[in-house]
Amino acid sequence: MKEHGHAPESMRVALVGVPNSGKTALFNRLTGSRQKVANYAGVTVERKEGSFTGPSGRQYRVLDLPGAYSLTPTTLDEAITRDFLLGRLAGEAAPEFVVCVVDATNLRLNLRLALELRDLGVPIVVALNMSDLARDRGFRLDRDRLERELGVPVVETVAVASGGHERLVAALEAVTHPGAAPPREWRDPSFAHIQHTQRDVRRILEAVGYTEPARARALRRLDALVMHPLAGPAFLALLLFFVFQAVFSWATLPMSLISSGVSWVGAEVQDLLPGGMLRSLLVDGVIAGAGSVVVFLPQILILFLFILVLEDTGYLPRAAYLLDRLMGSVGLSGRAFIPLLSSFACAVPGIMATRTIPNVRDRLATIMVAPLMTCSARLPVYALVIAAFIPNRPVGPFNLQGLVLFTLYVTGIVAAMAVAWGLKRTALRSSYHPLLLELPEYRWPNVQSLAIGLWERAKVFVGRVGTIILALMIVLWFLSSYPAAPPGAPGPAIQYSYAGAIGRALEHVFAPIGFNWQISLALVPGLAAREVAVGALGTVYSLSATGDGVSATLAPMIAGTWSLATALSLLAWYVFAPQCLSTLVVVRRETNSWRYPLLMTAYLFALAYAAAFLTYRVALALGAG
Amino acid sequence: MLPISLATLRKGTRGIVAEVTDDAQSLGDESHSTISRRLLELGFVPGEPLEIVAAVWPGGDPIAVRLGNTTFALRRREARAILVTVD
Repeated sequence: MKEHGHAPESMRVALVGVPNSGKTALFNRLTGSRQKVANYAGVTVERKEGSFTGPSGRQYRVLDLPGAYSLTPTTLDEAITRDFLLGRLAGEAAPEFVVCVVDATNLRLNLRLALELRDLGVPIVVALNMSDLARDRGFRLDRDRLERELGVPVVETVAVASGGHERLVAALEAVTHPGAAPPREWRDPSFAHIQHTQRDVRRILEAVGYTEPARARALRRLDALVMHPLAGPAFLALLLFFVFQAVFSWATLPMSLISSGVSWVGAEVQDLLPGGMLRSLLVDGVIAGAGSVVVFLPQILILFLFILVLEDTGYLPRAAYLLDRLMGSVGLSGRAFIPLLSSFACAVPGIMATRTIPNVRDRLATIMVAPLMTCSARLPVYALVIAAFIPNRPVGPFNLQGLVLFTLYVTGIVAAMAVAWGLKRTALRSSYHPLLLELPEYRWPNVQSLAIGLWERAKVFVGRVGTIILALMIVLWFLSSYPAAPPGAPGPAIQYSYAGAIGRALEHVFAPIGFNWQISLALVPGLAAREVAVGALGTVYSLSATGDGVSATLAPMIAGTWSLATALSLLAWYVFAPQCLSTLVVVRRETNSWRYPLLMTAYLFALAYAAAFLTYRVALALGAG
Repeated sequence: MLPISLATLRKGTRGIVAEVTDDAQSLGDESHSTISRRLLELGFVPGEPLEIVAAVWPGGDPIAVRLGNTTFALRRREARAILVTVD
């Protein structure tokens, strides 16, 4: 127990609230971009910490705890929140002060958690969030009375408006004895006790004159459309199709800007430096390699933007509701939809998002199929091969390239369904688990939250390009450049290098599915991060080209040297492409054993080889050789 | 009228929650009625009005239930625990 004689210079504050209370938006408002995202020790629940300085100069370290409906957990997220509050979490000190974020437009659902926290004995302030929206929509309540009824300070906050957090900051500044009372011993309340607390909630709402207006007609109509038995699924399908078309078409301009920028830098460096090892390393290794990966940043950001918007508006849980039965037919929960959709961006956050699936076997099955969702790291490979081999012409209202891309995505989904079906009937058979999903009110997405979300993704992607990917590129450049070709040797120098030897050795394995040694070689660094395969091809082809390689772009080069059958086979390979290492590491951490990552690698490799073999042979038979 | 299970009701039905049963057996809930507990925590408490606002086609399962100012998606199987007095 801590006792402070005077106001301390720093304070550890935790934000707690039910899901959809606007807790994370308030966190963003408080801390801006001064955030550190990591994991809680030993689990992959995301730990978001930020900081800010109060007007008095006091430092606040703010932790955004995972959303929880109750201190009696049904998910890993909720267990983390409870254990943190009780000071039971390894490596984490209990908070000195707790902000309970409640949605002012939904006190009936939110207030029970505030009572539970108050009764726990931790020092709290209640943040009446979205109070502007509540007023606009006609909600009324007596804040002073609520404060008296709860016996703790209650402040109004507006997470989405600048300055909307000032009252909360003032309340925190007024705290002189943070963490004065340690949490009481916690026992899961009895059935009767929960009912008692709920009656208390209703009594308080009555006492403070909480009036809830009828739901707006427009929102009712929107729900009637979105959740309509026929129009709902049709809308969802159209939406997903639109997203994938947009990823391709909107990104065209920024991508060509980036790629001409990279070529320009390459040409400048080429002119500036004298020929030799350093020039080759910079131009062929660093610029050609990293440049061919950075060019996909626009597509990745567009995809993430859509996912973030769908999440913020409240549409995603409705999609999970619509798809519950379909997912149920292969043994997954509708809740698996959100992790699987995130996996289209990247399997790593997708696998981390499975923590909201309460049943451990459902969760494992979802983790095992998540890598079959076409992640954005595969887009560079798809985009390269499609641009080189599939004509850009309209088919009805669509575009042939877009359609091919869509087919690749669908193939991944169908394969995921099939694998889940098999797993849930064998190794991961489980007993029944409920759905019980809140469908939150529709909201306009918050620009600040979107910007912070996209900024985080861009940082991660560029960070990867800057570190892992760049390092791999340099290693690859080295392997491709040494030993040098003997003087007067015919053919490009790379054939005589270590890389040439590795590629040729691998070619024996991959020749039956139509891969030449350049592709075989590019697959190796592609295991570390899939998008590296493109950079690797860039490096390999740039080095084997006669003359100045960078000036020629990769797509026409492979279009001239691969057969269509090889290209299709590579696409099929990448639908199932064995894991990138970061995914395997996350699976290892998430499942706490090597069993699942190893099983995953084996089954994906087998599927990829079989699919590519079949594609190659069929294409050859149809004359695409 | 006697309360009947929410699981048996059709889209568009309105009623008042009469009781949430603690019958772990009938729910197939191994983990000691966590379903009923969570239903109570979410606000399915006696006296609250609710309405079935949507159901997925085909089969009418899961259903979307409007309760207070929130909508919840649940399967008919867990809806069995909620007894409703129909208006």
